[in-house]
Amino acid sequence: MSKNGIIYTGVPSKEELANAPGVPSEKRMLEGRVACIECVQGIPCNPCESACKFGAITIGEEITNLPRINEEKCVGCGVCVAACPGLAITIVNKAFDEGEATIDFPFEYIPLPKEGDIVDAVSRAGEVVCKGRIVSVKKPKAYAGTAVISMAIPKVYADEVRSMKRLPRQEG
Amino acid sequence: MKVLTADVAIIGAGSAGLSAAYQAASAGADVLVIDENKRPGGQLFKQIHKFFGSREHQAGTRGYIIGEQLLQKVQESGARVMLDSLVYGLLPDKSMGVISDGVNYSVKAKKIIIAAGAKENYMAFPGSTLPGVMGAGAAQTMINVNRVLPGKRVLMVGSGNVGLIVSYQLMQAGADVVGIVEGAPKIGGYGVHAGKIRRAGVPIYVGHTIKRVFGKEEVEGVEIAALDEHWNMIPGTEQTFDVDTVCLAVGLNPMTELVWMVGCQFDFIPQFGGHVPLHDANMETTVEGVYVAGDVTGVEEASSAMEEGNMAGVAAAEALGYLTTEEAAQKKAQIRQRLNTLRSGVFGEGRRKNKEKQIADMEIYRQQNGKESGSHE
Amino acid sequence: MRVEKHPILNDLGEQKKVTFYYNGRPMEAIEGEPIAAALMNAGIRVFRTTAKRHEPRGIFCAIGRCTDCMMIVDGIPNTRTCVTMVKEGMRVEKQEGLASLNSRQEEEKK
Repeated sequence: MSKNGIIYTGVPSKEELANAPGVPSEKRMLEGRVACIECVQGIPCNPCESACKFGAITIGEEITNLPRINEEKCVGCGVCVAACPGLAITIVNKAFDEGEATIDFPFEYIPLPKEGDIVDAVSRAGEVVCKGRIVSVKKPKAYAGTAVISMAIPKVYADEVRSMKRLPRQEG
Repeated sequence: MKVLTADVAIIGAGSAGLSAAYQAASAGADVLVIDENKRPGGQLFKQIHKFFGSREHQAGTRGYIIGEQLLQKVQESGARVMLDSLVYGLLPDKSMGVISDGVNYSVKAKKIIIAAGAKENYMAFPGSTLPGVMGAGAAQTMINVNRVLPGKRVLMVGSGNVGLIVSYQLMQAGADVVGIVEGAPKIGGYGVHAGKIRRAGVPIYVGHTIKRVFGKEEVEGVEIAALDEHWNMIPGTEQTFDVDTVCLAVGLNPMTELVWMVGCQFDFIPQFGGHVPLHDANMETTVEGVYVAGDVTGVEEASSAMEEGNMAGVAAAEALGYLTTEEAAQKKAQIRQRLNTLRSGVFGEGRRKNKEKQIADMEIYRQQNGKESGSHE
Repeated sequence: MRVEKHPILNDLGEQKKVTFYYNGRPMEAIEGEPIAAALMNAGIRVFRTTAKRHEPRGIFCAIGRCTDCMMIVDGIPNTRTCVTMVKEGMRVEKQEGLASLNSRQEEEKK
């Protein structure tokens, strides 16, 4: 796997992320919760646009356009996280507290973690980066089966961590 | 032999066939849908992921929910659905032989829509016939419909959307996926699907193939190897994995048997899975009154299959006088717009070009055979 | 193994069970499921052997196309178990080669 980029590895490269109009600025992430839309291929898809009540996500007429985030309008509510069929959206908050950031990410496995659990936080490539503390787990009916988990991690890893390791399954 | 009649007979109660049935029956046609399976819905009820597309394609809704909604609409439209019934013959006079519960039927219809779908490709390698090597679609059927895990540790071959989605769904059902092997130098499916797999810690081995599967009576392990630029295995790059299941997601091919039998002309389009019937913008084939829709016209995905079904259903209803030219033109323009949307972007552009060729070849065939264009476009 | 709980689909919950016989051994199945699914749940993967080389075969396509999963069901050989639903008391046997064309009659004599 010498070649970099989403079509070779399934992980978007630094350049792809830097050029993605859905990825907010560092400044905005430091101000608080904001959607980070890591959608880098022109696929025909736009549920994120209609999911956002604040009009913060724009795709436009051509539904293969990449989603564009409006940093001022986005309040970081997280509705788009569950609406994205590609599970490519997280809510990043680098203003959570002194040393910690939170990442809200979609999760469609069982068992779900519980508030307060310490779990393995993983990168876009599934590597364990650090420990994460579960802040909340939401799975309302409107999310149609997708849970959105908020996890606190050391702030230095906020650009790296995007999910958590699956928990072992106890099948009854 | 019992005789059944209908305005429109539809072969296949999957995404395309049910959409066609809904359109034709809600326009007022007497519609009979025939499917060999015990349950309607085709592959829709196996699709538990949220669909892509736009609001009109119900993007963001999971496939099986779309299936339930479509089935409900078909039931309300008054179309008859005949299940557990196999169409074994189709003649150019639009009569067909059907066997259902041991009883033979002759079905005679004014218009026929073939929406027979596609089947999975096979791939041969040492050990490929061992129990535990199966189609990715088979594994998907087992976990999502029959609720049985085909294995605990799985290797997936193929990184198109089917390989990526089924790998994800195997993990959702409780299996471990040890890796995805892809012969091409890059991942075939959507990056976002690959991203889910990678976050779950599953490696994707591009430029690799399966060398052999071990096992006496069933799969006990698998060996993969890297490929050079000529697709030859590079000695010394072998890796082995302890697995009990190997899934093949190496493409599909249209189930065109009845389309051949009725005498339609074909194109050969490898990206669509091989031989595909010529059809016009109304989905009508070279045999007048016989329409096609969905994967049987070239393998794409469920949303475009539904739209092609809508198109065939509207066109058949129009041809029978159940819709005026104006009513039909309006509906068809909307459907075409939605189809073009689905066939756009880096993944859809190639499909759109192939589809245009298929339709253009139909036009050439009609001109050469002295038939006027039937599409009124 | 059953997929009892699932993150997206409903829990499998209580299902009506039937008993069928695999090579004479009683086995439980969910009413209305394909024979192949019930066997796969029980961990049985070899459904038949081929006629010439006696190689094992199991489920491949699961939609009635490939014929790899054929078995003798209530005496009828070459039955596609992935599209044949389990019924109470059904007799399912592993098929060796093409199986005897007379197996139905043999079955009836029993």
